Amino acid sequence: MAQPVELPDSIHVGPVIDPGHSLASVSDKVGGIVLKRRITLGWVFGLLISFAVLQNLMAGATWLFIKGVGVWGINIPVGWGFAIINFVWWIGIGHAGTLISAILLLLNQSWRNAINRFAEAMTLFAVMCAGMFPVLHTGRPWLAFWLLPYPNTMALWPQMRSPLLWDVFAVSTYLTISAVFWFVGLLPDLATLRDSSKSRAGQLIYGALSLGWRNSARHWQRYEKASLLLAGLATPLVVSVHTVVSFDFAVSLIPGWHTTIFPPYFVAGAIYSGFGMVLTLMIPVRKFYGLDDIITLRHLNNMAKVTLATGLIVAYGYILEAFFGYFSADTYERFMIWNRMFGPYAVFYWCLILCNIITPQFLWLKKVRTSPGKLWIISIIVNIGMWLERFVIVVTSLHRDFLPSSWGMYWPTIWDWAVYTGTLGLFMTLIFLFVRVLPMITIFELRMLLPGAEVKEPVAH
Amino acid sequence: MSGHTQHIEDGLYGLMAEFETPGQLVAAARKTREAGFKNFDAYTPYPIHELDDAMDLHDNRVALFTLIAGILGCIGGFSLATWISAVAWPLNIGGRPLISVPMFIPVTFECTILLGGLTAAISMILMNGLPTPYHPVFNVERFVNASRSKFFLCIESEDPKFDRASTEGFLASLNPEEIAEVAK
Repeated sequence: MAQPVELPDSIHVGPVIDPGHSLASVSDKVGGIVLKRRITLGWVFGLLISFAVLQNLMAGATWLFIKGVGVWGINIPVGWGFAIINFVWWIGIGHAGTLISAILLLLNQSWRNAINRFAEAMTLFAVMCAGMFPVLHTGRPWLAFWLLPYPNTMALWPQMRSPLLWDVFAVSTYLTISAVFWFVGLLPDLATLRDSSKSRAGQLIYGALSLGWRNSARHWQRYEKASLLLAGLATPLVVSVHTVVSFDFAVSLIPGWHTTIFPPYFVAGAIYSGFGMVLTLMIPVRKFYGLDDIITLRHLNNMAKVTLATGLIVAYGYILEAFFGYFSADTYERFMIWNRMFGPYAVFYWCLILCNIITPQFLWLKKVRTSPGKLWIISIIVNIGMWLERFVIVVTSLHRDFLPSSWGMYWPTIWDWAVYTGTLGLFMTLIFLFVRVLPMITIFELRMLLPGAEVKEPVAH
Repeated sequence: MSGHTQHIEDGLYGLMAEFETPGQLVAAARKTREAGFKNFDAYTPYPIHELDDAMDLHDNRVALFTLIAGILGCIGGFSLATWISAVAWPLNIGGRPLISVPMFIPVTFECTILLGGLTAAISMILMNGLPTPYHPVFNVERFVNASRSKFFLCIESEDPKFDRASTEGFLASLNPEEIAEVAK
């Protein structure tokens, strides 16, 4: 086996897992959150608030179904309002989960083991929220299945050259593969819960969900193969999803959208916002469930570094967008950038620059990266910044395009806000339920991080 | 060791030895294979890659099936896009080609990933014989620790070399913590 490389202490901020842990203690600690821990008042309170906010979605969607998309603020020229802004925002948030679970697995980054389950759950829930928006935006969501290519009595087929159809394929594949990857990762941990559950109901439910997994070495061998293959497939998938989302814009001819920087800039922005959301959720969870010995400062430090790196790519994207506008010598592109910076929505643009370019610069400081409170505040600002970015891209390009006679303004209505906040409620409700019914940390991968997990064969005698 | 175990008269699935460390298990698994046993299995709370060599596990069929499914998805996705755009619903827009390959790449790619990914997961689950609602190894009381902190090796009675007394003696020579009989 290769000798571990000695790194100076300044590189790392503490260990990946507290050295006091053993195989049994990590299993009991993480499994115990689901099986033994009492339901606390704080959790009930949080769930109730989230569930109450979720009712906004019910009200907003019901009114939308009754009246049609006219209840939203969208109109010509801005036909893509909150629905597309929130769709892109949510789906971007999902990307951190797949990055952590797939790309960091391929790169052999063992620190991912403590955070991948939670991040993947976040991915699934975020994609669920995202998927709802285009369907609601169709105006007749009960006919959304028309988007799928299937033989029908109208003898019609979808347009395979449309980025909106690519979205259907990309997002549904993303949701399916993320769910499958997540379930495969859960199998051994569900078996752990089955084995340590003291109640009959727990044994039955977790037993059925674990499919009778029995930790056999012959199974593990295929399991590891399948995990690696899924990671290998999910890696290009996650890059493709936001690329396709950016095609929705870039393939059109609207000033500010029709640019080649969009795919990489969208993917970086997605990972940036995703890590922002992972930090937003994980810092409180880590505190309330006393998991700071498993999700250590080193994890926070690493996630902050990824946020900073992708934040810089995003900043580069903004600068290049402005440069393209100037350098294209195209009247409409130049006007678009001017309008974005000094037009009626200028305040959104400058807030976006403040949130996404200025704020992440604090992450250069190790003191900030290793301080959960400060990091949490920055992560919230990152989430807001990325939402503003989607708003600026969608609205400022559409509201003043080529002909001044067709210019207009877009403001969301109360029903736009109802649906948006409703999906936030849905997301938080699912997160609250998830932390209580499933192990939020991948237990079997955590075991692999322990010093005792290494194979040291006894000397033959 | 027989003092620890109760003899099961008929319907013996196998004999199971429990180990404290992964190193002991890997050594034991290697010796078991070298002793000529075929029907045996190790049970560990996390994947141990050293066991693949020790037990000679080299099943690459999951990868093969995934590759085949990926290629089928790729061909299927491209054919679907081509057939829809050129045969089922051809639209002549300014004489542009009906089979516009670059525009079909996203759908082709997503179909490749979808079929490949689903096949990787499903073929792993099915080849592992899951779901298995009942399995004899769970009859051993201490086996709950296989998903927590302990390492197990089970030699099954179906093995042609299996003989209750001598196999128990063999397992005892591997210095396990405990040996248990596994009822069917």
